[in-house]
Amino acid sequence: MKPFRYERASGIASACTSAAEPTAKFIAGGTNLLDLMKLQIETPAHLVDIGSLPLAEIEETAEGGLRVGTRVTNSALAADMRVRRLYPLLSQAILAGASTQLRNKATTGGNLLQRTRCPYFYDTTKPCNKRTPGAGCAAVGGLNRMNAVLGVSDDCIAAHGSDMAVAMAALDARVETVAADGATRTIPIDALYRPPGSTPHIETVLASGELIRSVVLPPPPPGRQLYRKVRDRASFAFALVSVAVVVAREDDRVRAARVAFGGISYKPWRSAEAEAALIGASVTQASFDAAGRAALRNARGYGYNDFKIPLARRTLRAVLSDATGVI
Amino acid sequence: MNHNKDTRLHVTRRRVLAAGTAAVALSVVGHPQLALGAGLPDAETPVTVGLQINGRSHDLTVDPRTTLLDALREHLALTGTKKGCDQGQCGACTVIVNGQRINSCLTLAVMHAGDEVTTIEGLANGDELHPMQAAFVRHDGLQCGYCTPGQICSAVALLAEHKAGWPSYATADVATSPVLTEAEISERMSGNICRCSAYPNIVAAIRDVAEGSLG
Repeated sequence: MKPFRYERASGIASACTSAAEPTAKFIAGGTNLLDLMKLQIETPAHLVDIGSLPLAEIEETAEGGLRVGTRVTNSALAADMRVRRLYPLLSQAILAGASTQLRNKATTGGNLLQRTRCPYFYDTTKPCNKRTPGAGCAAVGGLNRMNAVLGVSDDCIAAHGSDMAVAMAALDARVETVAADGATRTIPIDALYRPPGSTPHIETVLASGELIRSVVLPPPPPGRQLYRKVRDRASFAFALVSVAVVVAREDDRVRAARVAFGGISYKPWRSAEAEAALIGASVTQASFDAAGRAALRNARGYGYNDFKIPLARRTLRAVLSDATGVI
Repeated sequence: MNHNKDTRLHVTRRRVLAAGTAAVALSVVGHPQLALGAGLPDAETPVTVGLQINGRSHDLTVDPRTTLLDALREHLALTGTKKGCDQGQCGACTVIVNGQRINSCLTLAVMHAGDEVTTIEGLANGDELHPMQAAFVRHDGLQCGYCTPGQICSAVALLAEHKAGWPSYATADVATSPVLTEAEISERMSGNICRCSAYPNIVAAIRDVAEGSLG
């Protein structure tokens, strides 16, 4: 690890001011940042620890949803009885990720801002445009079976690793931030992440010193919520593909549907195309297949990850079948 | 990693830097902006942090880069907690902080001011083993034993999480409080790897303690 100055922030405003220096970073749980600092992939000169800030509460909102403080741990969020009853999808997704030890430390804001697990991002002997802009991408043409198939570019095919964020995307979560100058804003979770394009090192729309202070969950949408994760081993592994759905049926038709995928893009991938195909469609496997084809229409494999395209379609069909009781 | 050696190296380099800075300072008198930069805290200055470890208070003065794991092992000689992968994947470094199990390799000691840390050394009551330690012995829940301190700390915290009603990925309906089946125990212990693959006996040991505590 490179040396850094350590500061335990005593207030939100001063934390944001301190972290506005380009070489500074916020630290909360630290489970991803410290791992990357040991490898010298992250080399902050100044760490601003937000571990004492009053941002670890889950409160009910006037509109009937929940506001989750950025420091709420993944464990606390998954175990909260309001989340388990209103947003079982979110509990399921969080519990599908990492191990209990990690979830006990990892926070809500940190989970959203975790960096990719692309093996070439971690391997400092290989070129990576995220680590060193302009260096090239070793994953395109490399062993890319964990990489993305939608929304990425030839400069970077890294996938986002969060399960929690996939559920939040399906639930239309909003991210509330405060900037170094005190300005606050609300960002739909889908707009938090920047497509890699030719600048994959810039991953979110957040400015230096802009702190995620909470995530707001709107009232739960109607329908059955379900999360399914497909991975190489039964527990404690990143997704090859994951699917979050919220689906409501009325007689033999789909009345409302939300669909989001994990493991296939630089962000949790909400699929408006799949939703449009589902709404009003008959509750049949044929409709679910059509939704899968719509969702993956623009997908592109890079060789070793070609399998993710049919896998995502089939996982969507399976999850929708489970959620609607279609055999 | 030899932390003491690391620290000595840094002290030496800082002395050299300090001597260099003094020479530069003489030449920048009258340049307030440059002088301001020199007044920032040194990244390599040790930080003092107070921790409660196994019921005892410790004031540790450490390089801010010191992980909780290295603080325990290298500064306090509590070597029961093991370093396996040092990247949060194996669970050998699991300790219990404020009642919750964490990977001590992925957190800095300075982030734990005032926290209560329980390590494997803090579980027994004198010569009397903690029930989970006794169950691991009874069920032969180990072979080489390197992962065992982490397994046992993890298992002790697992029972508290289950008692608090926490669901897991193996829980069919997350709104219910699940029964601690074998599938539940395996899922909840997935953050602890055992290279010798003593898993069946580890699960049996945990079940034994869990069922005992129900009666």
